[in-house]
Amino acid sequence: MTNGRFGIHGGQYIPETLMNAVIELEEAYNRFKDDPDFNRELTTLFNEYAGRPSRLYYAEKMTKDLGGAKIYLKREDLNHTGAHKINNVLGQALLAKKMGKTRLIAETGAGQHGVATATAAALFGMECVVFMGEEDTRRQALNVYRMRLLGADVIPVTTGTATLKDAVSEAMREWTRRVADTHYCLGSVMGPHPFPTIVRDFQAVISKEIKAQLLEREGRLPDAVLACVGGGSNAIGSFYHFINDPTVRLIGCEAAGRGVDTFETAATVATGKLGIFHGMKSYFCQDKYGQIAPVYSISAGLDYPGIGPEHAWLHDTGRAEYVPVTDDEAVEAFEYLARTEGIIPAIESAHAVAYARKLAPTMDRDKLLVITVSGRGDKDCAAIARYRGEDLHE
Amino acid sequence: MSNIHSAFEKGKAFIPFLTCGDPDLETTAACVRACVKNGATLIELGIPFSDPTAEGPVIQGASLRALRGGVTTDKIFDLVRELRRDVTIPLVFMTYANVIFSYGAEKFISTCQRIGIDGLILPDIPYEEKGEFSALCEKYGVDLISMIAPTSENRVAMIAREARGFIYLVSSLGVTGVRQEITTDVGAIVRVIRENSRLPVAVGFGISTPEQAHKMAALSDGAIVGSAIVRLIESYKQDAPRYVGEYVHSMTETLN
Repeated sequence: MTNGRFGIHGGQYIPETLMNAVIELEEAYNRFKDDPDFNRELTTLFNEYAGRPSRLYYAEKMTKDLGGAKIYLKREDLNHTGAHKINNVLGQALLAKKMGKTRLIAETGAGQHGVATATAAALFGMECVVFMGEEDTRRQALNVYRMRLLGADVIPVTTGTATLKDAVSEAMREWTRRVADTHYCLGSVMGPHPFPTIVRDFQAVISKEIKAQLLEREGRLPDAVLACVGGGSNAIGSFYHFINDPTVRLIGCEAAGRGVDTFETAATVATGKLGIFHGMKSYFCQDKYGQIAPVYSISAGLDYPGIGPEHAWLHDTGRAEYVPVTDDEAVEAFEYLARTEGIIPAIESAHAVAYARKLAPTMDRDKLLVITVSGRGDKDCAAIARYRGEDLHE
Repeated sequence: MSNIHSAFEKGKAFIPFLTCGDPDLETTAACVRACVKNGATLIELGIPFSDPTAEGPVIQGASLRALRGGVTTDKIFDLVRELRRDVTIPLVFMTYANVIFSYGAEKFISTCQRIGIDGLILPDIPYEEKGEFSALCEKYGVDLISMIAPTSENRVAMIAREARGFIYLVSSLGVTGVRQEITTDVGAIVRVIRENSRLPVAVGFGISTPEQAHKMAALSDGAIVGSAIVRLIESYKQDAPRYVGEYVHSMTETLN
């Protein structure tokens, strides 16, 4: 018997040392997820602390400029800590507290999930250790400082490619070292069951709000919802409450890096194949012997060689589409949204904006398109300036 | 009784681990023969994986060196074919699920049978996920080795009852690597295993000295050593077989 499957994907491919920990987590989650007190506490945290519900903003200038579908931006960038990551972290930290855990560990790529975890740990008075690829600590130095300011230990990971996948591996190793008092606050809809389900449920607030907000504004459902996909947490959050509405196109935008025909890419659906890694069966970028490929994207948050198992399943069933977006397209979209709407998106989110620029003009003006702006782009300004040849350092 | 099970009949077992292809496959072959000559009971051959989440820094490093050196699953199959000309003790592969899955589980496991691999150790396949591989292992007469950890608690009996070959008891929390001290109550876990299985139990993770091996083997049926040997190979490279042989000799002498 295997747990937590999305079609053939998912499962619990982890060392025996961690099995009782994930079983305990699943039992605790099942106990609390429908508990009125737990949900009241979480809603209060969402609304009073994180600033939910996040705005659904009509991007009028972008709509006119592109000349097609009416574009709405789901402003997860306006959340406390500047990204959607806080939704999942508040949920998991509250759950960990109820389970009697006193220490949170996390992996981070761009640093957004690490900052969110450090924030929740500060709020709940918990110890916090964040694993971050050494390469990413350089790309996202400001977020490293932020985490330390919030009281977290940031451990630079030097193994492998020194990016997100290595940070996940190191966090998993740390969890096997010290499991009794520690909760692994996984940042995306990936890893062993029950993480893909737990993270999805906490992020599903995004699509729940989009649905309600759009029904109020437009009296109907959107025609398309776009979100960027690394592991895929903001995307699954944006898609979830529309999965059973077949008229809504769900489009995940993967990081193609320098292009899907190069080795410098992180587009898993476009270039990966079925495999088993980081606790789950899903699609992974890998060579013919199953060695995980060293992926690349300008975006540290999408620089991951796999995709969450529920996305793999949505891809298999055709319910969601996954499209590759290159570094160049993402950087142009980053600049475009800044100039057009006065909103600087995270470079991750800019991947979704980039695809919207292609898609919106092909849609009729009475169609509705929602882009989830998963995070804000302050953290990326120096890197994008350097990409454009400016010698700017933080 | 499988080859693995019967190998434990000859006294306390000593099980060395080698990462195939570090520093090269010729050295791996010479190290295997040095282990055999010095009394190893069975040998764990590691097929390197790019991202070995159950390994500490020593075996991670060896895996990456081997992969950079160009080792592949097929080349390791060739190594085993060559070893089987004279090596008769049981050989098991230790690797990660994706290495087998991507090769095609049936193709991989049937090849194991053909070339004389007796068992598989897959640290990222717990009890709940083993069905995918255990049916094929049964079909081709390859033992899928089960691991039991200090945190297994109520799971020990369930795992032990369905185990094959031998039971790999993980001595400590955390990943592979040398430890000063092993604090788990290994004896207590072995007692629960014995109530549920007649298979031999070998203890691994953290063992490096003859004293530790002796202590762990006294509580069970044998000791597994990985990182301490891999570290010797890292230090002595092509000259390692001699040192590995001496080390294995010191361990087997203490055990029996």
